[in-house]
Amino acid sequence: MNTLKPVHFLTAIVSFVLAVGISSRAQDAPDVGPHPPTPEVPMESHIGKLTGHSKDAKSDFRRYCAGCHGDLGDGNGENAMWLDPKPRNFTLATFKCRSTLTGTLPTDQDLFNSIGRGFSNSNMPIWNTFSGQQKADLVAYIKTFSPRWQKEKAGDPIKIPAEPPVTIESISHGKALFTKLECWKCHGPQGKGDGPSAATLTDSQDLPIRPYNFADGKDDSRFKCGSTNQDIYKIFMTGVDGTPMPSFNDTIQPNDAWDLVHFLRTLQVNRHSKENDVLKAAGGKIPPYVEKQSEAPTNQSENRAAGGGN
Amino acid sequence: MRMGTQSYARRKLPCVRPFVTITLVVVFLILSSSQNANALPAFARKYGLRCSACHESWPMLNYFGQKFKDNGYQLMNDRDSPIWQNPGYWPVTFRIIPIWHRVSKGKVEVDTYPGGGSTTPNGTAIQRVTTSGFDLSGLDFHTGGTLEKNFSFYVLPSSDNTASFHFETVMARLDNLFGSPWLNIKLGKFELDNLLSEKRILTLTGNGGIYQLYHFTPVGDGNIFGQMGANQLGAEIMGHSYNDRTRYSAALLSSTNGNVALPYGNAYTGFFAASQAFDVGKLGVDRIGAYAMIGQAPTYYLTQTASGVTSPLAGSGASNKSFHREGFVGQFYFGQHFDLQVVTQHGWDNAWFGQGYGDLINGAATNNNVPGTSLPTGSQAPTWNGVLFEPHYIYSPQLIFVGRYENIQMSRQANGRTSATPSASNFGNISTYTVGFRYNPFMTSRAGFAWHNEYNWLHQDGTGPLVGLNTTNINTSEVLMGFDFDF
Repeated sequence: MNTLKPVHFLTAIVSFVLAVGISSRAQDAPDVGPHPPTPEVPMESHIGKLTGHSKDAKSDFRRYCAGCHGDLGDGNGENAMWLDPKPRNFTLATFKCRSTLTGTLPTDQDLFNSIGRGFSNSNMPIWNTFSGQQKADLVAYIKTFSPRWQKEKAGDPIKIPAEPPVTIESISHGKALFTKLECWKCHGPQGKGDGPSAATLTDSQDLPIRPYNFADGKDDSRFKCGSTNQDIYKIFMTGVDGTPMPSFNDTIQPNDAWDLVHFLRTLQVNRHSKENDVLKAAGGKIPPYVEKQSEAPTNQSENRAAGGGN
Repeated sequence: MRMGTQSYARRKLPCVRPFVTITLVVVFLILSSSQNANALPAFARKYGLRCSACHESWPMLNYFGQKFKDNGYQLMNDRDSPIWQNPGYWPVTFRIIPIWHRVSKGKVEVDTYPGGGSTTPNGTAIQRVTTSGFDLSGLDFHTGGTLEKNFSFYVLPSSDNTASFHFETVMARLDNLFGSPWLNIKLGKFELDNLLSEKRILTLTGNGGIYQLYHFTPVGDGNIFGQMGANQLGAEIMGHSYNDRTRYSAALLSSTNGNVALPYGNAYTGFFAASQAFDVGKLGVDRIGAYAMIGQAPTYYLTQTASGVTSPLAGSGASNKSFHREGFVGQFYFGQHFDLQVVTQHGWDNAWFGQGYGDLINGAATNNNVPGTSLPTGSQAPTWNGVLFEPHYIYSPQLIFVGRYENIQMSRQANGRTSATPSASNFGNISTYTVGFRYNPFMTSRAGFAWHNEYNWLHQDGTGPLVGLNTTNINTSEVLMGFDFDF
């Protein structure tokens, strides 16, 4: 035992020095942001049968999210300065990917889907390794950062009518709409994101933003807010809040929107799709659109959510 | 690894108690001033994620980190290709650990008087040898990432603590072949697909810094080729579902235990693993899986005689014999703070290995199975069963407490009852436990630092020196404190 006493002494000295040293170092460390505050108002989320609780996501948010979004959810994590596009500022409660009309809060399901899907053209990973409960808890936690969630209810999801068949006529009409609605000004005539206005675009925080390049990439997972035709429909009907991409819900009718979806798919020249198959069968060229006099206008209100609005 | 009895160990434990007490006090002191934990900073720098995003506590991966690795070190977004990186980005991370440790080995046979035992009738004695002091770990240079989208690589020159280098890992990987995550091919020297990775172990002591289960061979066994914990040379096909819930791998390996230049023969080993994860609600995502390592290795080598010295000829190995290990793996999570990792193993070596045939080149084996050799009477294929439990308590992403218990028991000895020298049924059994914690005083995506504290105790039956007519058990213990950092 006598031979071990120096060990105890040494251990005590080393432990003390470490405690003092690390503690003081912690105080002098570069500011990487405070710990996330305990939310004053606990929030819940409801996704299907899942109920998320904000208090249960505090640790996960800090582990996985705070490096970019910041401990205060303000988008100012220590990595934010290196990222483009910038991380979402949750204190503004402005979200790009929604099923709800522009200006309204997204549904819990929208946020849940965004976490699990990730954003392919940003640094936001695909967090599909989380359990459903983890994601539901994180949705609730995100809602603690803005008082809007306490004052407002989420908007109602828009209704998406059944997709009509893909025809060369619908593609042709979609192209005409692409021109008429001046989508080309940002996205470019071939959808390469090189329209005449592209270089001037900024987001709601005055940060430069690039329009989507449809022609790049081989698969459709690159769409920010989903990969299906329904997702594309939803993107331009609800708009991408916080960016120059407006909502076209008040501008075009559902069948027109579907035609636009079919045309946009043909801009994805490297992707195999039914739209590209139809285009190929038609000789690879989109014929000029000829407006039919007999077309009956669709009731635009069907496209809107019940009780929805800005 | 070779010392003392259990009662001896119990007498020693109180000596460690003050260390544990002081350590706990220090932990609370630190927690009171806690700031914000950390990984391979080269990856973190590339993607801008905190180390904690991929690591339960670095270097151990969490589920997201495992998916990142399975995707070929890609997040599967459009930032994976190096063209997105700043030209100044260089994907290199180094890791080294200055440590203080105290190693106590029981039952070391020493001369009664220094200089030789000839001065007394009984010239040797058995005693415990304890050494303590400041030391270094080896140095690792990790470099990995993508050469292009879906072309990934990893190179790891690694040294021991005298700066003698070797290649621990060198591999290139083709990811997502035919656009499917179910087909990825890797070629080179790489870690086997162990869900509980020894290369990402959270403990550092000599016996606690490895998984005994991954390296176990019966005492006197000449088969070094079945070590699941060692990086091996070969090719691997691996696949997984989009969210990595389901994953499989199959690897064909040269039976060289990772040694380059084909030092043995033409034998091969296969390693197979599969697992499935389950969403278990509030508990998290749990995973269960199974693995099998099935191979052959040489027991006979041609020899060369030069200057009167006869040596086995490298690369001439033949007379291959079989071995296999198989078991189950479980990763069970209980909320955000506690998890339990479990690995089981059943092992079997051919009776020739059990008699010490096998790796004659690097000296592990003692016999050469030249034509005409026969096994001694009573020889039988040794078998064993083992289990590993590793619980983690994650106080926060910055502080993790680690425990481990391993128990390996021989179920059949190489020298059976009819042998001239039969082995006791527990000969070579191992039990070991490890406790420790790692504290990360800061948490960023640029570098990693962990204050590491650990205690390990290992007991092995019957491998000590003879006392009278009986073999003895050996206890070894180690206390270690270090600053584990990487940049």
